[in-house]
Amino acid sequence: MIEVKDLYKAFGENVILNGVGFHLLKGENLGILGKSGSGKSVLTKCIVRLIEPDFGEIKVLGKDILKMSLNELNEIRKDIGYLFQGGALYDSMNVRENLEFPIRRTQMASNKHEVNERVEQALRSVGLLDAINKMPAELSGGMKKRIGLARALILRPKVILYDEPTTGLDSVTSGEISELILKVQEEYNASSIIITHDMKCAKIATDKIKILENGTFLTEGTYDELSKSTDRQIRAFFM
Amino acid sequence: MKKDEHKRLRIDNTKKFYNVVFIDLGELAIFTARVIRQFVSPPYEHRELIRQAYVIGNKSVAMVALTGLIMGLVLTMQTQPTLVQFGVQSLIPGMVAVSMFREVGPVVTGLICAGKISSGIGAEIGAMKVTEQIDAMEVSGTKPLSFVVATRVLATTVMVPLLVFFSDAFSLIGSYLGVNLFESMSFELFMKNAFDMLGFMDVIPATIKSVVFGFFIGLIGAYKGYQAGLGTESVGQAANSAVVNASLSIFIIDLVAVLITNLLTGN
Repeated sequence: MIEVKDLYKAFGENVILNGVGFHLLKGENLGILGKSGSGKSVLTKCIVRLIEPDFGEIKVLGKDILKMSLNELNEIRKDIGYLFQGGALYDSMNVRENLEFPIRRTQMASNKHEVNERVEQALRSVGLLDAINKMPAELSGGMKKRIGLARALILRPKVILYDEPTTGLDSVTSGEISELILKVQEEYNASSIIITHDMKCAKIATDKIKILENGTFLTEGTYDELSKSTDRQIRAFFM
Repeated sequence: MKKDEHKRLRIDNTKKFYNVVFIDLGELAIFTARVIRQFVSPPYEHRELIRQAYVIGNKSVAMVALTGLIMGLVLTMQTQPTLVQFGVQSLIPGMVAVSMFREVGPVVTGLICAGKISSGIGAEIGAMKVTEQIDAMEVSGTKPLSFVVATRVLATTVMVPLLVFFSDAFSLIGSYLGVNLFESMSFELFMKNAFDMLGFMDVIPATIKSVVFGFFIGLIGAYKGYQAGLGTESVGQAANSAVVNASLSIFIIDLVAVLITNLLTGN
C-alpha cells in the first residue's frame, strides 16, 4: 500500500529523516514509535506531501507521489485518510458540515441522500451520531479526535495515517481511541500507520512496530517481541 | 578593522533586507496567480462566497457609515468659512461630493477595511493554519485555496466598492447636516448641487480603484494568514502584518490609479 525508500529531510542543518524506508502491507497496522522530535510527524506529512522531502521515493498504492502534479496528488489523497493530533476540525462548521465538506468538494457522492448516509455511517463507526449538529467548540478532546477520525473515514480511504491519536487524552479515552482504530481497520479494511509514543495504543492497535531514532529506524518487530528486547534504547520505550 | 567589519555587516543586512522583500514579492505574485486561477476553476463555492460577503459587509458597514458621515461633516465645516468669504458657499455640496467620491471615500474606506477585514482574514486563516485545518483540507484533496482564500478575496473585491458607495452616501448626509448648521438648504437642492458637479470621470476611476483596493485587502490578508508559522504567536503577527501591508498597498494603488487617470484624461 505504501512503500518508502531512502527518505531524507532536513530543516536547515537539522537532519530529521536520514534514509528512512519501510513497506506498509494491505490490511496492516504499522506503529511508528519515537521520542518527541524524532521526525514521526514529518514522516507522515511527507507521505501525503504536506512536507516535501529533500530526496527519496514514496509510492502510495503503487504510484510515485513525489512525481505527481497537484491534480494527480489530490486524486490519490482521496484514498488516504489522515487523523491530525488535535482533530483539526473546521471551526466554522458543525460536525455534519465537517464531514460533508470532503464529500461535497471531491464530488464523491451523487446525491444528498448518499451524502447523509455516508455521514451517518462514519459517525456511527466512531460512536458519535448524537453529536451531528454540534460545533467543534462544544466537543471534548476525545470527541474531536473521534470526529476527526470520522472525517478521515468519510471518503472510504484505503490507507489511514494517525498522527499521535491518543496524545493529550486520559488513559480511559486513550484506550477507547486505540480500540476504535482497530475496529475501524476491520470495518473499512484499511491499512494504517499509527504514529505514537503511547505504548498502550501501540499494544492495542498495531500489528508491527518500527522505532524511529535520530532520523532512521532503529529496529522493528511486534509489540511482544520488542517489549522483551534487552537493548537499552528499545527497553526505554517500554518503561 | 572595526570600520570594515561594520561596513560588511551593513552590506549583509541590506542584502538580507532586499532578499526578503523580493522573495516576499515573488511569493505574493505566485500566490496571486494561484488565487486568480481558483476564481475560474470549479468547484465554485457560492454559499461560502455569500457567507463571506455577508460577514465582511456586516462587520464593516456601521464603521464605514459613521466615518463617511463624520468626514462629510468635517469637510463641510472646514471649508465653509473660506467659501463664504468668496461668496461661493453654494459650491460646498459639489466640492464635498467630488472630493469624497474621487479620493477621500475610497481611501478612508480602504484603510478601514484594511484594518478590520484584512487583519480578520489574516488572523482567521493564520489560526486555521496553526490548528492544521488548512492541512486537513489539503490532505483530503479539497483545495483549501479555492474554499478558504478565493471566496474571501472575491468577497472583499465585491464588498469594498459597495462599502465605498455607502461611505460616500453617508458623507453627503454629513455634509448636508454641516451646511444646515450655518444656513438653511433643502435636501433636494443640496443633492442637485452635489450631483451636478459629479462627472463620469469622478465616479468610474474611483470605482475601479475601490475594486482593486478590495482585491488587495482580501489577498494580502489571506496571503499573510497562509504564510503564518506553527505557533499561536504567528497568528497575531499575520494579522498585524496584514494590516500594515494592506494599508500600504492602498496608498500605492491610489498613487498608481491617479497617475493612470491623469494619463488617460490628459491632465
